[in-house]
Amino acid sequence: MTNEGGDRIRAVVEEVYRTDSRRVLATLIRLLGDFDLAEEALHDAFAAALEQWSPGQVPSNPRAWLVSTGRFKAIDSLRRRARFDRSQAELVAQLDHQPAVPEEEVSDDQLRLIFTCCHPALPPDAQMALTLREVCGLTTEEIASAFLTGPPTVAQRIVRAKAKIRDAKIPYQLPSVAELPARLDTVLHVIYLVFNEGYSASAGVTVTRADLSGEAIRLGRLLAELLPEPEVIGLLALMLLHESRRAARTSPSGDLVLLDGQDRSLWNRALATEGARLVETSLSSQRFGAYTIQAAIAAVHAQSPSPAGTDWNEIVGLYDLLLQADPSPVVALNRATAVAMRDGPAAGLELIDTILRDGHLEDYHLAHSARAELCRRLGRRTDAEAAYRKALALTKQQPERRFLERRLAEIC
Amino acid sequence: MKYLCLIYSDETLWPKLPKAETDAMMSEYMSFSADIQKSGHFVAANRLQPTPAATTIRIRNGKLSTTDGPFAETKEQLGGYYLVEARDLNEAIQIAARIPGARIGSIEVRPIALTPAAADQR
Repeated sequence: MTNEGGDRIRAVVEEVYRTDSRRVLATLIRLLGDFDLAEEALHDAFAAALEQWSPGQVPSNPRAWLVSTGRFKAIDSLRRRARFDRSQAELVAQLDHQPAVPEEEVSDDQLRLIFTCCHPALPPDAQMALTLREVCGLTTEEIASAFLTGPPTVAQRIVRAKAKIRDAKIPYQLPSVAELPARLDTVLHVIYLVFNEGYSASAGVTVTRADLSGEAIRLGRLLAELLPEPEVIGLLALMLLHESRRAARTSPSGDLVLLDGQDRSLWNRALATEGARLVETSLSSQRFGAYTIQAAIAAVHAQSPSPAGTDWNEIVGLYDLLLQADPSPVVALNRATAVAMRDGPAAGLELIDTILRDGHLEDYHLAHSARAELCRRLGRRTDAEAAYRKALALTKQQPERRFLERRLAEIC
Repeated sequence: MKYLCLIYSDETLWPKLPKAETDAMMSEYMSFSADIQKSGHFVAANRLQPTPAATTIRIRNGKLSTTDGPFAETKEQLGGYYLVEARDLNEAIQIAARIPGARIGSIEVRPIALTPAAADQR
């Protein structure tokens, strides 16, 4: 093969790797019954593609080619090992007699992979790491840098999770209809945690981490395509609507800009419109839940020309609905800030003080900064200062700290 | 594959419950056991005496030490177990969720480790 042909094939294989490697992996895990064996087979299959494909001779269905090549490579390597380890021989015999793979099984494989990586028997940290590694194809190093931990920590989480899948026999299958609602909740929660880590990093020097949000949205799109349940669509809508404001959430110097100070011309209209349309789809199902309601709230903001031009009455109404679906103090806090916009700061402050008095959000920096904001607007400088200081003591993220320090300097 | 379902709860709670409630619970346990015997998931089950009846032993430097009480003082104590045969963890979880004690305490589901010889026979 000429060099030029080699380059062209390399480009083709790389493209197939980008678009199809995760799907091939998902099927190989089912066929081989083991994550590590499947990953090895995936690598071998792509290495074989580089050697065997040539311009004009690329298989008509590259994915099927890669699956069957990967499977043969795995059986080969098991056979070699079987010479030393008798327990492998039976596995080889089993694999040899496996029937061909129907196409609809293959599309379910990606869902199987998602549900297995997000199995509730795995710890949440491991669910996220495993999903990013296996479903999104991120490297251990990429995951580690996204979560600001060391690669060895992430690698260990993944190794332990795979060991539990094997040892406790977590099956590679779709949940039954009875299990689905609870299992889907876990999957959505994992995707949302990944998104949130990207949207508002819990520590570090920047406000947002676009890479993680992008992965979460990709996962959301994939899931919505495979399993278009109302809450899946609602979560995707929520992520798109939040994402549409990304450019306006930080100033050129990297500082945090709150909703009412954001330059709305920087909002991404295309993402917001797509998100709003998905909200409508989910709402019309009549089976929506907390993600869809949050998305509906975000959609009202996205469609408002200015803070003053926002329909706060509708937003408070949506928060009432959300409080029924998810009666948590954080939701109550957000509702209180919406009430402050509708009925004035005094009304909002009364609600926040009730929540804090119940002792729920004493350690939550946003509760104190929201309280500080309302005190400031009411001209209660000493109270505002004390609340800003409390919030500052509770937050580690640099831009958020700078924001609070700036506010503090303004009132002192 | 076999899973041991360990039933944990606050053992001081049980004597405080009204008799009608404990009777109802016992009959639920009986019908649950009968159900999983019929479905072929049942391998073994036992209720344990409360932890004051427990004795913990250790051998250190060849010397036997015997102490009164459970291995560890915890809020919830091991009160009994079911050993079940299940296809995989999902099925084991489904079975364990039907153990009446899951509503007042918690059930720990532990896969039984296979000996190399048993693994070979599978």
